[in-house]
Amino acid sequence: MKKIYSVLVENRSGVLSKVSGLFARRCFNIDSLVVGETFDPEVSNMTIVSSGDERTLEQIEKQLNKKLDVIKVKTFHEEQAVSRELMLIKVKYNKSNRKDIMEICEICKAQIVDMSKNHMMIQICDTPDKIKVFRSAISGISVVEVARTGTLALPKCNDLEN
Amino acid sequence: MIGADAIVKALSEEHVKYVFGYPGVAICPFYNSILNSDVETVLVRTEQNAAHAASGYARVSCEVGVCAVTSGPGATNLITGIATAFADSIPLVCITGQVNSSLLGSDVFQEADITGAVESFVKYSYLVKNVNDIPRIMKEAFYIANTGRKGPVLVDVPIDIQNAEIKKYKYPEEVSMRTYKPTFVGNFAQIKKVIKALEKAKRPVVCAGGGVILANAQDNLIKFCESKNIPVVSTMMGISAVPTSHPLYFGMVGNNGKPYANRAMNESDLLIMVGARVADRAVNQPDLITENKVMVHIDVDPAEIGKNCGPTIPIVGDASNIFEQINNQEFECDTKEWVKQLNSYKETMAKKRTPNPEFTDPEFFIKTLSSKLKSDSVYVADVGQNQIWSCAYCDVKKGGRFLTSGGMGTMGYSIPAAMGAKLASPKKQVVAVCGDGSFQMSMMELATINEVKAGVKIIVLKNNYLGMVREYQHFTYNDNYSVVSLNDYPNLEKLSKAYDLNYIKVSNNGDVEAAIKDMLSNDKTYIVEVLIDPMDIVKG
Repeated sequence: MKKIYSVLVENRSGVLSKVSGLFARRCFNIDSLVVGETFDPEVSNMTIVSSGDERTLEQIEKQLNKKLDVIKVKTFHEEQAVSRELMLIKVKYNKSNRKDIMEICEICKAQIVDMSKNHMMIQICDTPDKIKVFRSAISGISVVEVARTGTLALPKCNDLEN
Repeated sequence: MIGADAIVKALSEEHVKYVFGYPGVAICPFYNSILNSDVETVLVRTEQNAAHAASGYARVSCEVGVCAVTSGPGATNLITGIATAFADSIPLVCITGQVNSSLLGSDVFQEADITGAVESFVKYSYLVKNVNDIPRIMKEAFYIANTGRKGPVLVDVPIDIQNAEIKKYKYPEEVSMRTYKPTFVGNFAQIKKVIKALEKAKRPVVCAGGGVILANAQDNLIKFCESKNIPVVSTMMGISAVPTSHPLYFGMVGNNGKPYANRAMNESDLLIMVGARVADRAVNQPDLITENKVMVHIDVDPAEIGKNCGPTIPIVGDASNIFEQINNQEFECDTKEWVKQLNSYKETMAKKRTPNPEFTDPEFFIKTLSSKLKSDSVYVADVGQNQIWSCAYCDVKKGGRFLTSGGMGTMGYSIPAAMGAKLASPKKQVVAVCGDGSFQMSMMELATINEVKAGVKIIVLKNNYLGMVREYQHFTYNDNYSVVSLNDYPNLEKLSKAYDLNYIKVSNNGDVEAAIKDMLSNDKTYIVEVLIDPMDIVKG
């Protein structure tokens, strides 16, 4: 089972290491982890995706809450959230596959954000599933470099009351 | 006023009487400032024992234990002591010196990333980077250590911060941390559920853990059990929550506990687990204890509830408050038959040992010793066979304390912890019971004990073996003994002379009464060498 943890933490040095260390020490999985500052510069938001059985997922929440640098933990399942991931991917192209690449980009709503004579950089921002689809769609093309953010998520607006 | 003065002033504000530690250059500003205060210092002979001594002090005084050591090896030596305190939720504030803050991260002489190293053994840690933060940080450190689920807090202070001028010293009156708000009072709806379950239950039992003692909930627990006639068992850390000879107490549970205590827990239809982690040594198969019964789990740490087993009724809060809340409700329990049944188990299932008459029988020794101790005395058990025998045979009376390293099982705990305990209450009798293995892990503290004139009675159950491991190898490896023989050294009589301490030898049961009488006749430190059968086992 997968669960998403949206964790507000004190924006101090060492906090990321404390939180990731907690996962390592207690043998919790980290499928992905994204950290960024919130509008309040003293507070950061961590979005952590983890998987495990129900007891483990509950323990993760409790152990996170126990950390003295953690302000608030919100948990939700994938279907209760809007999740996005950003991927930058640099590929090699030639005359014969240029059109194909552009077509795939159009279908997958990816953008070509940089280009040279032989290389182009594509940006895709979508759900983790769609990114998977895009990756397999371009599997025939030679990929030079990839950078991904990991999953960012917020609970859906209509779930706010819960 | 410099940073070091501010730390010392904070210790005075927190009414700290003793700092256990070991100086080095990086903590010298602090040790210089402390000379101008009322706080007394105790120079231990290795840093680990500073934490153990502070732990013994904290457990008996119910205050925060404080230790202060230098950077690098001083700090890393402290780690085992911190981890020991963390495993048993003992409140400590550990101050470590650190290299100059401008050199942090450059691997200079005696630099160790101590806040990083202890991360998984502390409740919280600070690396002080601004001298003006010291009053707030010290206030928070003491508050965090001694509230909620108690535990060690580490404050790492670079030497330049200790020497820096502080702009304005003001010790905060209150702590305001948006991330830390422990729950003290139990949820009333949950309490109601417990009472309903109690009214229905035919075979209720309370399993008391160390949390009962940490919350000072002994009296409220006893009141609850006596008024409703509810039997109690305990974990190792829960020993002394209820006096051993209390008619409703049925001993320690677990692998090394009383068989009738385990039976009480297994056959109960309502198990009230309080302040206990439900760890492997106490409950072999945590999943099974929730079968066929209602389980109430009371703990101040929400993360403990459901960690090792899923309770039916969880209650988060301070054990003392929760028992008071329960005691304030009117309800009836019918447990006459159940208590009668447990008493018959107690009679029929008690283990009988077959001691070797050539040696002293540890059962006889510990029973005699604890019967002669005053009721409010402190019994500190070390780790190994001696610990299991102490748990099984020590008769803890009302007001008495039983200290041991339960969670971590750290050998060498008893001597420094007993010293700390004695400093916390000089009028009480304090005994440290260890084996010859654990004795040698902290025998350097004999010098400290002598220096601070802590009249601790040190009992060494001597069998020339690391007995617990030998016993394990006896059962698991068919007597293939590997690295467990200790030979006959040191000569304890000569060692006692070297440290100017009193010495008594107990060769067999015949010597026991006289030796104990002699040892307890004054408040001096004694080393009592008790010869026990090297082949004796705790499982029998």
